Amino acid sequence: MQNLIDNFFAYTITGLTIGAVYALVALGYTLVYGVLRLINFAHSEVFMYGTFAALWVVMLLGGRPGAGVGQVIFWVAMMFVAAMAMSGFIAVLLERVAYRPLRKRNAPPLIALISAIGASFVLAEIMGLRSRITGWVGLDDNLRDYVRNSRNNAGMPTIIAPQPIFTVGGYHVTNVDVFVIVGAIAIMVVLDQFVKRSRLGRGIRAVAMDPESAALMGVNRDRVIQVTFLVGGVMAGAAAVFYMLKIGITRYDAGFILGVKAFTAAVLGGIGNLRGALLGGFILGLAENYGSAVVGSQWKDVVAFVLLILILLFRPTGLLGESLGKARA
Amino acid sequence: MSTTTSTPAARKPTSPGFRERVTNLPKAVKILLWVLFAIFLFLLPLLNIPFITTEGSDFGGVLFTVATYVLVALGLNIVVGYAGLLDLGYVGFYAIGAYTIGVLTSEHAHMSWVVVVPIAIVIAMISGIILGAPTLRVRGDYLAIVTLGFGEIVRLTLVNSQWLGGAQGISDIPKPPGFELFEVPSIDWSSGAPVVDLDTTSTFLKFGINDFVPYYWLALGVISLVLLFDILVKSSRVGRAWEATREDEDAAELMGVPTFRFKLLAFALGAAIGGLSGALFATKAGFISPDSFQLLLSILFLAAVVVGGAGNRWGVIVGAIVVSYFPERFREFADFRVLVFGLALMLLAIFRPQGLLPPRRTVRAKRADDRQAVLEEGEASV
Repeated sequence: MQNLIDNFFAYTITGLTIGAVYALVALGYTLVYGVLRLINFAHSEVFMYGTFAALWVVMLLGGRPGAGVGQVIFWVAMMFVAAMAMSGFIAVLLERVAYRPLRKRNAPPLIALISAIGASFVLAEIMGLRSRITGWVGLDDNLRDYVRNSRNNAGMPTIIAPQPIFTVGGYHVTNVDVFVIVGAIAIMVVLDQFVKRSRLGRGIRAVAMDPESAALMGVNRDRVIQVTFLVGGVMAGAAAVFYMLKIGITRYDAGFILGVKAFTAAVLGGIGNLRGALLGGFILGLAENYGSAVVGSQWKDVVAFVLLILILLFRPTGLLGESLGKARA
Repeated sequence: MSTTTSTPAARKPTSPGFRERVTNLPKAVKILLWVLFAIFLFLLPLLNIPFITTEGSDFGGVLFTVATYVLVALGLNIVVGYAGLLDLGYVGFYAIGAYTIGVLTSEHAHMSWVVVVPIAIVIAMISGIILGAPTLRVRGDYLAIVTLGFGEIVRLTLVNSQWLGGAQGISDIPKPPGFELFEVPSIDWSSGAPVVDLDTTSTFLKFGINDFVPYYWLALGVISLVLLFDILVKSSRVGRAWEATREDEDAAELMGVPTFRFKLLAFALGAAIGGLSGALFATKAGFISPDSFQLLLSILFLAAVVVGGAGNRWGVIVGAIVVSYFPERFREFADFRVLVFGLALMLLAIFRPQGLLPPRRTVRAKRADDRQAVLEEGEASV
């Protein structure tokens, strides 16, 4: 407990940065759940592909520590472009291959979960076997730096050196922390406005509320679902960039635990609710950091799950309720 | 009975299906077939049938693994298939069963295996009730994530508790007491034709460290008991209550079914069978560590149930065999096993959404839906 009091701000800032990543990934779960009422189990792989896209683009552009400001801004911008494009593409592909055929056949919801699990395995394994796959097409020499040790951690050069900007209660808040937290909130504000004001956003809300009536009103459901997956994927891509800037290491199975956490965050805030995902992400990030300060960092994940169970017991629809879709009992 | 209710549009002049033909056999023939099948299963690890037998790893051990999966699938089927509760943390109960064995026979006490197995079942069941009592009130989708969390909590607790062996786990789990009744010879195919090999034998119920066949026999015995139990429960009032709860909880409640209590019962029974399979696993492995109880295992278990056809006990057995046997058989493609497995799951979801062997009820419901669709189409075209 003393540890928590002494380093309160350190835990708070760390919790907020990781919470920002959870929140952005949680948006993908929440959006898809809101529209389709299914747990997009493979969303974690969408995030994982984003981290690799961010990593590869930095390698491609020769990213290194200690470059000038203009250079760094360019690299980070390219990371966003690459990661968002990659994650968005994977998410849309996933919808096309794993979900749409099932929807056309009116499969029971549980089977969609199985299809998603299958897709998740396939995506993770393709990444984990990337050296073998490039070997088949004879590109392994050209791409050696990108594919080698495909089962191990892949690290990124620290293109933004963490420098303290200001100090809160003895903790030096770095530029990376500020960038991640502010950037994530900014992206979420944009998304919130997109869903609230744009035509496509209205479509998403309409389908979430009542798919049949929406179809009768001329909303193209398949298109809306595709856009939902795309938006969720792009958000996961942004999360991937923040994750790589803060943590800097990824692996073919890096998505799994983070995906579980992000889903937890989505449920915590009220699945189907965009602001709930933001709140849930930050609360989860803070809670697991505070919890690990009190009971030891090896219990971090236990704290997160116990918190989830407690919240669901007392507020079964999450903190903010389910607002994207219709309110269900 | 399906032919009497079908409309002219759906009726086809077909010969009786496989199921009808089997049920129409005289009872004596049926019993004989069952006995033959049981003997075949009993001898399977020693027949060394080419192509089926795994090359790289000991076939008896593989069959034992398959048998534990079958047991787990039967248990999870009660939760997912009968009661319709999505459980993503089933590995938690499996781990509790295994660790009960580990703690009570090796780590902290040296009790007899025969005594500990029932204790493991009871502890798993109690943990199922403890988890179920508060969480079964939350909605179905959330239950999935709560149980997922439970599975992880169990695993992380195992990793972090030195009392439970920590990350190193528990080793030297003693073998169950056995007896030596008779030896069963194996079959050798190396000359191209089956030859009885009297040198390589397995002793009926001598639990050694090199020969895993007796463990497989033990598991086979347990499976038949669980199957019997499953059949009895499913056809009783309890089974019908589960079915009603699964199809429409509110309606069931209105009809006077105490749905919560029956859901809890399903959860507890499922947990007990999970604990039992974990106990068997620990017995055969002799060593357990938290790594044996990854979250992925829960997902594989669930995949076994859904692949086979949730709600049909024979279906989930097939599903368990598919999920556990094929990765072992095709070990030579070790690197691509998971990839192929993932692809297979996706294809299966698209082409057999009800599972390989869907429950009869679902088949009937589907047929009724199709008839409805035909009728509606007819009206629309008029």
